[in-house]
Amino acid sequence: MNIVEKILARASGEKRVEPGQIVDARVDKAMMHDLTGPRVIDSFREIGVERVWDPDRIVIIFDHDVPPSTIKAAELQRKVRSFAREQGIRSFYDIGRGGVCHVVMLERGHVKPGELVVGADSHTVTYGALGAFATGVGATDMAAVLATGSIWLRVPESIRFEVSGRLPKLVFAKDLILHVIGMIGASGATYKAMVFAGEAVQSLGIDGRATMCNMSIEAGAKAGIVEPDEKTIQYVKERTTEPFDPIKSDENAEFSETYEIDASKLEPLVALPPRVDNVKPASELGGIEINQGFIGTCTNGRLDDLRAAAEILKGRKVKEGVRLIIIPGSQEVYRRALEEGLLKVFVEAGAIVGAPGCGPCIGISRGVLADGETCISSANRNFVGRMGSPKAKIYLASPATVAASAIAGRITDPREVVG
Amino acid sequence: MKIRGKAVIYGDDIDTDVIIPGRYLVLQDPAELAKHAMEGVDPDYPRKARGGAIIVAGRNFGCGSSREEAPVALKHANTRCVIAESFARIFYRNAINVGLPILEASIRDRVSEGDELEVDVVNGIIENKTKGIAIKAKPLPPLALEIINAGGLTRHIRKKLGLE
Repeated sequence: MNIVEKILARASGEKRVEPGQIVDARVDKAMMHDLTGPRVIDSFREIGVERVWDPDRIVIIFDHDVPPSTIKAAELQRKVRSFAREQGIRSFYDIGRGGVCHVVMLERGHVKPGELVVGADSHTVTYGALGAFATGVGATDMAAVLATGSIWLRVPESIRFEVSGRLPKLVFAKDLILHVIGMIGASGATYKAMVFAGEAVQSLGIDGRATMCNMSIEAGAKAGIVEPDEKTIQYVKERTTEPFDPIKSDENAEFSETYEIDASKLEPLVALPPRVDNVKPASELGGIEINQGFIGTCTNGRLDDLRAAAEILKGRKVKEGVRLIIIPGSQEVYRRALEEGLLKVFVEAGAIVGAPGCGPCIGISRGVLADGETCISSANRNFVGRMGSPKAKIYLASPATVAASAIAGRITDPREVVG
Repeated sequence: MKIRGKAVIYGDDIDTDVIIPGRYLVLQDPAELAKHAMEGVDPDYPRKARGGAIIVAGRNFGCGSSREEAPVALKHANTRCVIAESFARIFYRNAINVGLPILEASIRDRVSEGDELEVDVVNGIIENKTKGIAIKAKPLPPLALEIINAGGLTRHIRKKLGLE
């Protein structure tokens, strides 16, 4: 069996599972946030059990509209806050305590290799970075998990991406995953799992692996996953004392498809609106002027991402007429960026640094776009209306490409800025 | 269970951000959400769907976020059924869980905007009354039908737990 099948077999108490099989699986960890939480709670009340199945396996993180921008959002957050208290959920990250849920889940040791994690958010797939099978569900599915601790899942087919070589300088995990999505399309992995392997993936840190797994949903995947290695084990051991048992694919494991990619041939890439799979080299898009750049989110708001942006922005200025918004992914990322002097670099470049959270990616507050505006963002979605006006355009790229574009005032390959 | 409605046709990759934009998620109330159903791609949809609509779409319907408000908004905007060539997996589960019937079938070449459709969800049969043709869809898996027949996932779980 491959890693996906082995994790689902363990979680469902089966010796062996096969793609297409429906299993009833035990959930190791469940996550929800301020925006999906209220509906989860309503459905949980509708089911009518008094207590959640295990308060120590539930994590609640506020990130989507923090601090709340409207009275309604503040009220919904109060509702989730009191549910956490009522149910004795101790892993509750209120405003100022956590950050973007998918950043916090990894850095605070809530995810371990071999686990089954579900989250009421589509980007829950991020946790595959640590060798867990993690998938997003809707509010009612999550309410059923809170009530029973289990969920039905169809065992997915798994596509293996074997990435050889090393990424060139100023080419990042983001460029690699944009390349993959451009290659297989926005529904290229629907109902399937994407397994990332090979030298280029192994050489990525956990931050880069998180970027890749995070965007597997943009190809429709049920999960994205990296086979755990020494880096994974070290990362997890630094964050939790709980025991864990890493699961890896058997040597003769089968995959429904295998793609081979040479990382050394890649270049900085950009996804053009309104499709994540419409991918072109940044160097070919230099005529496109921008109004806003945005660096942050569950895709690219981690420390390695801010370091890459700072390297470009150091000693340079954001072009007049362009606004650059930088939002560290968590309190921890914020603190470390502060200690390393990255925030100083950003402020001196003329960027605005926001408080940890989802920021304008969700199109609610803190940097939404006007009609006809163009933004280049390090996030994961460029859909119509995603960041505000349906008449705005969103381009997706790595933090380095966003930073380079903010300096030039037009979409720019970062290699043009630093040689 | 036979469902009737007028066909409203959309393309491929209709994402949840256009079905219900993020800024409306705080509304919570299904009737309020319904006023903005499909706003990102067709602000006129709530009016078109007033007498009962069946959405006919291409590949990957409902891709993107896990927001359950997407099928909730469609359902409360009088969408009787969504028929698409394929669905994104979270939307697929969410629709079944909240009781919005869905079927997988490739029928865009046999349906025009406004055609009167009748759908037998259990047996996966779509009749285009206007054109006088019947089309077979991929039947829903038994577990999905079980959830729909229970009246959605919350009631299905209540039954499983012996609460009703």
